[in-house]
Amino acid sequence: MTAPNGLVWLETPAFPEAARTALADTQLRRNLRHATATIRDKRLAVTTELDDWEQLRQAGADLKRRTLRHLDRYLEELEASVTKAGGIVHWAADAAEANRIVTALVQATGEREVVKVKSMATQEIGLNEALAEAGITAYETDLAELIVQLGQDRPSHILVPAIHRNRAEIREIFEREMGHWGRPAPEGLTDDPRALAEAARLHLREKFLRAKVAVSGANFAIADTGTVGVVESEGNGRMCLTLPETLITVMGIEKVLPQWSDLEVFLQLLPRASTGERMNPYTSTWTGTTPGDGPSAFHLILLDNGRTATLADTVGRQALACIRCSACLNVCPVYERTGGHAYGSVYPGPIGAVLTPQLVGVEHAASLPFASTLCGACYDACPVKINIPEVLAHLRAEVVEAERRSHTLPTPEALAMKAAAGVLATPRRLAAAQRAARLGSALVARRGRIGHLPGPLHGWTDARDTPQPPAETFRTWWRKNREQS
Amino acid sequence: MNIRQTVLDRIRAALADVPADETPQDVAVHRDYRRTHAGSDTVALFAERVADYRARVLRVSAAEAPDAIAALLVERAVRDLVVPPGFPGHLLPQGPWHSLADEPPLPLSALEAADAVLTTAALGIAVTGTLVLDTGPGQGRRVLSLLPDYHLCVIREDQIVDDVPDALAQLDPHRPLTFVSGPSATSDIELDRVEGVHGPRTLHVVIVADSPTSPAPENP
Repeated sequence: MTAPNGLVWLETPAFPEAARTALADTQLRRNLRHATATIRDKRLAVTTELDDWEQLRQAGADLKRRTLRHLDRYLEELEASVTKAGGIVHWAADAAEANRIVTALVQATGEREVVKVKSMATQEIGLNEALAEAGITAYETDLAELIVQLGQDRPSHILVPAIHRNRAEIREIFEREMGHWGRPAPEGLTDDPRALAEAARLHLREKFLRAKVAVSGANFAIADTGTVGVVESEGNGRMCLTLPETLITVMGIEKVLPQWSDLEVFLQLLPRASTGERMNPYTSTWTGTTPGDGPSAFHLILLDNGRTATLADTVGRQALACIRCSACLNVCPVYERTGGHAYGSVYPGPIGAVLTPQLVGVEHAASLPFASTLCGACYDACPVKINIPEVLAHLRAEVVEAERRSHTLPTPEALAMKAAAGVLATPRRLAAAQRAARLGSALVARRGRIGHLPGPLHGWTDARDTPQPPAETFRTWWRKNREQS
Repeated sequence: MNIRQTVLDRIRAALADVPADETPQDVAVHRDYRRTHAGSDTVALFAERVADYRARVLRVSAAEAPDAIAALLVERAVRDLVVPPGFPGHLLPQGPWHSLADEPPLPLSALEAADAVLTTAALGIAVTGTLVLDTGPGQGRRVLSLLPDYHLCVIREDQIVDDVPDALAQLDPHRPLTFVSGPSATSDIELDRVEGVHGPRTLHVVIVADSPTSPAPENP
């Protein structure tokens, strides 16, 4: 079985190993600490400004729940309304199918290049690579995506894919690479973010003006009106949605919303949770095609690619409510230290740790449900109240279960748990085990801590120190000091 | 195409736990959030929130509007000004610039070369400091307010609504809509906000009072 193209990076190491490398990169950790601290403060300021933030979160969660429980009905309604408005709806069961549809649509226009609005769905299906194989060049136009594309890099954050890069690194990438893709970086480019944004503006302007085909994702699509929307900041989205003749939008099936008025909840939740603004600079909505204004052909591709499998899990399906704000990444103590690349998926961070294993199957991302401290900060930050710790714990159980099924002999972990169950069964056995632990640990502990251990215990001890058991257990202490009184 | 049926079948199979007779309305949606977060002075709040995005905001009376608009255009030394069809004549000043009507539609090269665009808006949202354009009279095609680097938007006080729910209730989703909250911006470099990437890098908003007795000009 192969994992869907693009969603997980197959050749990358599993999380524990990748995290170790990331943690050793002090530049990366500095960049991440600075960026996540900045965005956390901004988000808190604009969410506490609304005294009904909790009610909005609840409404968001409720609306997503209603939609997911009746997803078939809303998708059929969306298909009908988009078609009525002049759009063409396609369905794709997996990444390969979606890529085939987009490639054929681009080829039908006779064009060899497309401009792209930042889109998680097209990253997930590896669209750029599929188009390249067909001889079609896809230009990313979001500033951060441009930085990633020019740097032949990978995204490390849902909202700010180049969050791992600082201004000096970005300047260097622009200077080195822009000339290979089109208009070179201006002479004497500095690392002032203003100058870097200007360089991107100049570099991309010629591409926008000549583009005949654009590819976008969608933040939402309204079933009853057929309206599709993109939420953005820079205006690259507006360029792509307005200038070309053909617009191809790839959208996960879970992005549908029942009614236009439901947006009143999400247009309050998303910008505040995501960029920490009262409203993002630009939101564009369109319904089919409009004669004389914008693209004359509009294609909407409804993508499954593991979503229906996720939907089938009654605990895990809540992950499909995700509106891709990335608030959970910014508050996660694990993400802040490892960055996004360690997750080995286009969906990093806490939401990635629950979404990726479900979309591709836990066997392809078995380490991700464990890439968390279960501290719950992600749940608190989530604008649609996805209980990420609950799903993580649920998926951990699935990983263990999958391991058990694939081994004829029990794993060391299973043996340890079995032994623990035996020890904890009676007070007498526990007391004996505690005595043994005290004696055994005296041989391996250093300065009160047990570090790396060889053999089957390395899996536990490689990543954490265990305190040496105390000279006296609590139970002994209790018997001596309290029981007689 | 049977892919459609495959996906729909998969969804139905995945939702086997949902009772067959459950309707969407059976899934409760708690809507006890506020309909508005605005206080009593909606117009002042709108002006303040738009200015928070580092857009310049002027409040003028209808009589003062043409001169105020002219002063802004002169200050920016605008030479080629796009004025979409239907822009209200009584607000339109005369001046040393060349007006480009979009009739017949201007080529991209002309829009790209224009210094500025002067539009109206469909409505404004006070709490979020948002202008919404719906391609109606005085706004024109979406591209008109996109390519010129300077967007000067004129909005009447009575077009400003309190909050997002009121705005969505008034807007027609069948028209292409553009929600504009400040100038184009990015936070992609170290999450530092920088105004000005692809959309207009300068946004000025002139709020025109409903009646001559409304407050005098105010400028942050």
